[in-house]
Amino acid sequence: MSEFLQFLFSGITIGAVYAMVALGFTIIYSASDVINFAQGEFVMLGGMCTVFLAAAGVPLPIAALLAIVITAGVGAALCKLAIEQARGASVVALIIITIGASVFLRGIAQVVFDKQLHRLPAFSGEQPILIGGATLLPQSLWVLGGAGVIVIALHRFFRRTLFGKAILAAAQNRQAARLVGININLVMLSSFALSAAIGALAGILVTPITLTSYDVGTMLALKGFAAAMLGGMGNPVGAIVGGLLVGVAEAMGAGYISSDYKDAAAFLIILAVLSFLPQGLLGARIRERV
Amino acid sequence: MTLLRVEEMSIEFGGVHAIEDLSFVIEPGAIHSIIGPNGAGKTTLFNLITGLYRASRGRIMFEDRDIGGQPPHRLARLGLSRTFQNLQIFFRMTAIENVMVGRHLHESRNVLAHLLRLPAVVRQNQRTSAKARELLDFVGLADDADVAAGAMPYGALKRLEIARALAVEPKMLLLDEPAAGCNPVETQEIDHLIQQIAKTGVTVVLVEHDMRLVMNVSTHILVLDAGRKLAEGSAAEVRANPAVIAAYLGAQGQRELARAQG
Repeated sequence: MSEFLQFLFSGITIGAVYAMVALGFTIIYSASDVINFAQGEFVMLGGMCTVFLAAAGVPLPIAALLAIVITAGVGAALCKLAIEQARGASVVALIIITIGASVFLRGIAQVVFDKQLHRLPAFSGEQPILIGGATLLPQSLWVLGGAGVIVIALHRFFRRTLFGKAILAAAQNRQAARLVGININLVMLSSFALSAAIGALAGILVTPITLTSYDVGTMLALKGFAAAMLGGMGNPVGAIVGGLLVGVAEAMGAGYISSDYKDAAAFLIILAVLSFLPQGLLGARIRERV
Repeated sequence: MTLLRVEEMSIEFGGVHAIEDLSFVIEPGAIHSIIGPNGAGKTTLFNLITGLYRASRGRIMFEDRDIGGQPPHRLARLGLSRTFQNLQIFFRMTAIENVMVGRHLHESRNVLAHLLRLPAVVRQNQRTSAKARELLDFVGLADDADVAAGAMPYGALKRLEIARALAVEPKMLLLDEPAAGCNPVETQEIDHLIQQIAKTGVTVVLVEHDMRLVMNVSTHILVLDAGRKLAEGSAAEVRANPAVIAAYLGAQGQRELARAQG
């Protein structure tokens, strides 16, 4: 039992990170139909910028804040310099552009930072908490808390603010949104910046547990993508559910079967979802009106 | 003051001159129609005026301001709104939500106040929803306010799109084939609605194939053929214009008409 609980804890922790990555996918997908494969690089940038700023003597909270701002800037630049320039290109072409951006950002990170593994100190000590015979790291609570705050804040933002509602309207029908005076370019730009900021926060919170390096983004993006697919692309609640499920499946697989196949869980989920449940668990079943 | 002035405007798609050297003015008030055979460039002209296309030559002036190349959301701010030939509706929203989105430009955009749901924000939301209900009532959809747009019939969606366009409080409203695909009863309702809109002081510009509707409501008609102006004037003038008859019926039809009038 305590073994199961242990796997569950680590699954939920890493699942919360996948959920944040999946949320990033969801926001950009909603606003533009683009699946942004550079999402993982946002997570990497968040962690790496914080590590290097902290090493340069910036206090950790400020370093973290700066890292989020820098990453949001990179997200906005990606939208402005790559996606917006290709206006009118097909969605597939835009997705390929994001894959290119992902490779590009990884390359830049290799040059600007380095190729080493880095870690951050845990935010509130390393003393594990004992629950039912299993241990829970205090940092896990930070990750879960961070994910929770983001979910609530996003929900409020989309439900209550005019700008949040404008993004939702633009996601449903761009033509109609422009017509009532919504600036589509601004909606796109802010959805990229917002996704990048959320990715960066995830990267900062998880670095004390999983460590970070210039190339952690690829795997995180794929697993976040699996989570978003499982939950239903474009559905924020689905992103959270999908993220937690992928995380728990991975931890259980690693614990009970073999840790060699840890990464396989996410890919098995992608294959299963695409074959049997292409809309995901909570995805909208949209029927085109003819 | 002239509301809309188009000067020597042209646009080509590949080698096709969709609009060629077109000039006309629209005075404020009343109902203006743009008619012409299929492919005459009517919808292209709408797309040029509303900023979806960019003219290759010429100028478009709205209230003496050059609006060429302005994006649609900027034009909405200046008082230009439209509906589409193929519906552009938020299908996953209810009818009233569709109209409320139309109030976008008239709402305060203070993020903090919205997040905290201050009393002013609550009042604003109430105002917006009251205004939307009023507009739904105006287009005859008062009972469908909380129905999902995706579940509404075609004729109702046509009117819903008009209500949303009116929510922007435009000075000029462009309607692209509002009666297309509607049955005679629905067409008559649209006919009535267009006259009601004009009475509120909004200048209506209409592209429509239903000649009975056009002749009935228009105070001014512009006839296009192959991207050029063919004729212009009141309904009676246009109807009597031989060039218009030729474009619509062909030379053969014209001879037959002449024989019939004998």
